Amino acid sequence: MKVAKDLVAASATPIVLGILAEEESYGYAILKRINELSGGELDWTEGLLYPLLHRLERLGHVESSWRSATGERRRKYYRITDRGLAELAEQRRQWDTVVDALKEIWTGLGDRAALPVIPVEGHA
Amino acid sequence: MTAQEGQEAVETQALEAQFAQWRHYAQRRRELQSSDADELEDHLRGSVDELVMAGLSADEAFLVAVKRMGSLDELSREFAREHSERLWKQLVLTGGPDADTRSRRDLRVMVLCAAGAAASLKAPELFGTKMTDDGSASLYGPNLGLFVLPWLAGFLAWRRQARRPLIGIMGALFALGAVAANVYPVADNSQSLALTSIHLPIALWLVVGLAYAADDWRSSRRRMDFIRFTGEWFVYFVLIALGGGVLTVFTAGTFEAIGIVSDDFISQWLLPCGAAAGVIVAGWLVEAKQSVVENIAPVLTRLFTPLFTVVLLAFLVAVCWTSTGIDVERDALILFDLLLVVVLGLLLYSMSARDPLAPPDLFDKMQLALVVSALAIDVLVLLAITGRITEYGTTPNKAAALGENVILLANLAWSAWLLLRLVRRHTPFAALERWQTSYLPVYAVWAWIVVLAFPPLFGYA
Repeated sequence: MKVAKDLVAASATPIVLGILAEEESYGYAILKRINELSGGELDWTEGLLYPLLHRLERLGHVESSWRSATGERRRKYYRITDRGLAELAEQRRQWDTVVDALKEIWTGLGDRAALPVIPVEGHA
Repeated sequence: MTAQEGQEAVETQALEAQFAQWRHYAQRRRELQSSDADELEDHLRGSVDELVMAGLSADEAFLVAVKRMGSLDELSREFAREHSERLWKQLVLTGGPDADTRSRRDLRVMVLCAAGAAASLKAPELFGTKMTDDGSASLYGPNLGLFVLPWLAGFLAWRRQARRPLIGIMGALFALGAVAANVYPVADNSQSLALTSIHLPIALWLVVGLAYAADDWRSSRRRMDFIRFTGEWFVYFVLIALGGGVLTVFTAGTFEAIGIVSDDFISQWLLPCGAAAGVIVAGWLVEAKQSVVENIAPVLTRLFTPLFTVVLLAFLVAVCWTSTGIDVERDALILFDLLLVVVLGLLLYSMSARDPLAPPDLFDKMQLALVVSALAIDVLVLLAITGRITEYGTTPNKAAALGENVILLANLAWSAWLLLRLVRRHTPFAALERWQTSYLPVYAVWAWIVVLAFPPLFGYA
């Protein structure tokens, strides 16, 4: 299963802000962390990540600096700002609402919309 | 060094070469700035390191990492969404860090030259000749080019580090122009004065061309560059003039609102000095933006070549249809001279942007139609006018206009022939280009003849 593109795009900002809220990080590490968190189900590309980071920077949600940690290459590190934290809190409220609503529906539907029963053999 | 270490060194070297190549491709994208390329390269390296750790060879790891990152096309598209302003090429006047000192020095010299041009325009006032005086037209008319163009030539010569002999030649030509403009005893309202006022700037502009092409003025490519420079300079000058117009209107309006009449300041200082400085600034802009901004003159010609062709063809059809000859009024000759100049300009500027190696296409045929119809119209006019001249005798104006007509006619006629052969694939495009560039001295010689020889020839009439 791969998560649909629209959903990936919609959840991109809170995910990146959330990761940066844990600790400052750089592009490759962020992408790895996303992979880790989603078990490889979230299909992120560099073309999604870097422009998003630049946009967040333009909006003042993150700030960046070129630094080299000891024994490492020079890298562009991103750090979340206070504005970014506020944005994350706001996004989180919105997502909680969506997730709660979905949960209500899923439980209401019971098993009907649970993982579909795929006719495997002999039913065709 | 063990064999394995040696092997590793070779691999690292190969990997670095691949990174360098990738960077090269990335930096060719306008959407990706160098810091973006840095960031993406770091990403790529992270990816490669991990893959190597997982047991892949450096080579394989690089391939996989690049593949995972996706094509640069896609990547730049995504970047363009966030950084759409990058698709608009910006003219960074101070360039990168390397070009910084050079372009700053350019800027300083340009400001100096522009100030010099404005100052020399106002210099005659030190000797009591004000611009508003009645007699000032006879001073400013023919001398206008002499006040301003030496500064532009000087700026270009400085930029190209022209050699001494060339600077000497240019100086001599400007001096010759000064003599021609001021020594002849021509009356204030004579035709000779008007002719000198028109032709001397043309002659001097071609001296600027010498400075532009510097030591290589014989080369056809350099001359073509000068033609491009001229077109772009004109476009920039017009733009600056439009901005200047807005500035003037606001100066006049705002000061009038508080009861200060600024008319004198505007007509004595703002307009003349602004125009003189604008000539230099436009020249500097063309030099600074070369290859940064798309040339606009060829775009305009592409737009107007078909339109002019249609109008000229319609005119020819109308002449045949109504079977009335062209009524040759006094200004007709000038009008048709200008028509030929415009057609020549359309031809020159579409040529300046044409890929010399491209095969002839529809546009070349359209140009042929344009040139041929202009020629046909001009022949009609010329016949009518030679009739009039033989009837009523000649004046300096008529002689000059007729001479120009013949020069332009000769140029366009041969261009038409070359265009025809180009369309039929008999001659390469280069022949046409060479013809136009080698024709430049003809204009210079004619302009100098009108300036130097016409006044005495026609008794300073």
